[in-house]
This record gives sequence, structure tokens and C-alpha cells, in this order.
Amino acid sequence: MAQNHMKDALAERPSALQLFLIFTRIGLTSFGGGLSGWLLREFVQRRRLMSEEDFLNGLSIAQALPGVNVTNMAIWIGYKLAGRNGAIACWLGMVVPAAFVIVLIASLFASLSSYPLTHVALVGAAAAAIGLSLSMGLTAARRVPRRVFPLAIMAATFVAVAILKLPLLWTVLVAGTLSVAVTYARG
Amino acid sequence: MPPLPLSILLVFLPLSLVTIGGGQSAIADMHRQIVEVHHWMSATQFVDAFAIARLAPGPGSLLATLIGWQIAGFWGAIAATIGIFGPTALLIYGVAHIWSRFEGARLLLALEKGLRPVAAGMILASSYVLIQSLEGGWISRCIALASTALLMATPVNPLLLIGGGAGCFVGLHLLGLV
Repeated sequence: MAQNHMKDALAERPSALQLFLIFTRIGLTSFGGGLSGWLLREFVQRRRLMSEEDFLNGLSIAQALPGVNVTNMAIWIGYKLAGRNGAIACWLGMVVPAAFVIVLIASLFASLSSYPLTHVALVGAAAAAIGLSLSMGLTAARRVPRRVFPLAIMAATFVAVAILKLPLLWTVLVAGTLSVAVTYARG
Repeated sequence: MPPLPLSILLVFLPLSLVTIGGGQSAIADMHRQIVEVHHWMSATQFVDAFAIARLAPGPGSLLATLIGWQIAGFWGAIAATIGIFGPTALLIYGVAHIWSRFEGARLLLALEKGLRPVAAGMILASSYVLIQSLEGGWISRCIALASTALLMATPVNPLLLIGGGAGCFVGLHLLGLV
């Protein structure tokens, strides 16, 4: 079968446990985003576990669908490499160890909360961390085509969520459906 | 009233499906539900949790896990994690499963391009809401803007930047400026 010939060029498929461990390592060493490039290096270039085309297909789907891009990618890669168990293993590796670490870090901060400086430091940390959100928002805004319709959709979404505080689900359903339909009709 | 972890699950389940362009976009609505609708946390506690989530490794949506943990302990954390990750995990699993038979290139492209302005608007709204909840007046807002500028202009390590923000603010506090 053609598929088997293609597989020959790639390395042997990893087990679900190996996938779990790879994603545990990636999950615990990733800070502040930019993970897609990391996944590409790990799975396509270094380990040769999947083709670049397969990876990039997955990436555009992971970005288009709702959900965190990296956890979406974890499921995509896991499914491609080891079916259902692979998808579950990659997802667990990405989320569970990091969930324990975040609770641990929060407990550490809580135990320091009797010192007033802890809260002061957290305000400063939050202020700097907001920069991560805002810069991502500005980068995303820069990628929006400079035409009336997409810009109006962006502005309307901002006003609906930030100022009018409308529920996000309905905002996304209305603005998203409208925007996707117009984009699709344009071809 | 349903038990608390169940209420938490019900808040995060629909939020999962609107995390377009990453977990950042849902923060504004998370804030609205957790702080303003249900009063499970104060605005200050929410911003603290946001800072901790940004300091910790792993996907940023683990903010939900942390919020669940702080509201209702272990089962709260489980409920929030399943809520925020579950629906989208099933969605991408389903798409991966049918992808080989699915000729969706044009629809996919429209989906990706069409959702771009929506995602941008939501992420900007999240930043706006967070800045509004921030304590420390104009000084902390300046730190937020300076950090934004640094991130956009230089390849600075985000962890270092967050540590720098904390250090900067503690320093100004000790000098009696904030």
C-alpha cells in the first residue's frame, strides 16, 4: 500500500507511553506560548515521526477550531501516530503534569500570602503578564485584513465583550458565523 | 443549587468552545462569570490567579484549573479542567478522525480567515478587562504597556519579563511610590 511506503521514510511509531512522556516534557518546559515551532522541531525535524504536510494540516485545523492550539495539536499528533490511545496519552501528558505544577505554585504563593510583599509582587507580575495578552491581541489585530468588513467585525467583537459585557458564546456565534460566511462566499 | 464543582463545570463547558485563537480569548468572559455573576472570587484574586497561570508552564488555559482549585479544591480543579478542555478536545478528535474523508480545504481556509478578526477582538477585550482589574493605578498600567512594547519589539523571555515586572513593582513599593 502506498501508505506503507510513505511510512518507511519516517521513524518507527512511538508507543502511547512514549508520547505521554514527550508531551509531559514539552508541557512542563513551555512558558508563554510559541509552542508550535517547538512541536514541529520535535516531531517532524528531530524525530521524523510525521511528515511536514501532515503536521501543517494539523496546525491550521488546530488554529481554526476553538481550543488551545497546543492541546489541539497534542490530540492531532497523538491520533495520527497512535490512534485513540495516542490522542489520550498526548493530551494527558500536555495537561495533567502541568495542572499539578500550577496548583503547587499557587499553594506556594498562598503560603507566602501573610507577607504583604507577595501580593505586591503578584500585581507587578500580573501587569507584566498582561503584556503577553495585549501583545498577542495586537499581533492578531495586525493579521486582520485592512478592509472595512473584517475591521468592523473586530471592533464589534471588542465592544460587545469588553464594554457591553455580552456573553462570549453568543458574540462568537453571531460575529464568527457572519465573518466565516462572508469570507467563504468571497472564496 | 447543584453542588459547587458541578456549577463550575457548567460555567466552563460553554467557555471551552469560544477559546478561539487560544485560551486568552475566553479570559474576559471567565472574569465576568467568576467575579461578577457568581462572586466566587474577587477581581484581585482573579488577577493574582492570572499572574500565577502565566508564571507556570503548560497551556495558559490551566488558569481554569487553578480557579477551580481555589474555589472548590480538588474536585473544583477536576471540574474546571474537564470543562475548559473537554468539548474542544472531543471536537478536534472528531475532526482528526474524519479528516481523511473530509474535503474541507476551502471551508477550513474560510474558517481560519473568518475567525481571525473575531479572535483579535476577543483577545484585545481580555487585555482591556485585565487592565481594568489591575491594582496599583497608573504605575502598574505603565508596566503592562512597557511589557507589551518589549514583547513586540524584542525576543525577550516572557518568564524573565514577568519576574522583572514583579521586581520593578516591589522596588517601587519599597520606595513608597505605590
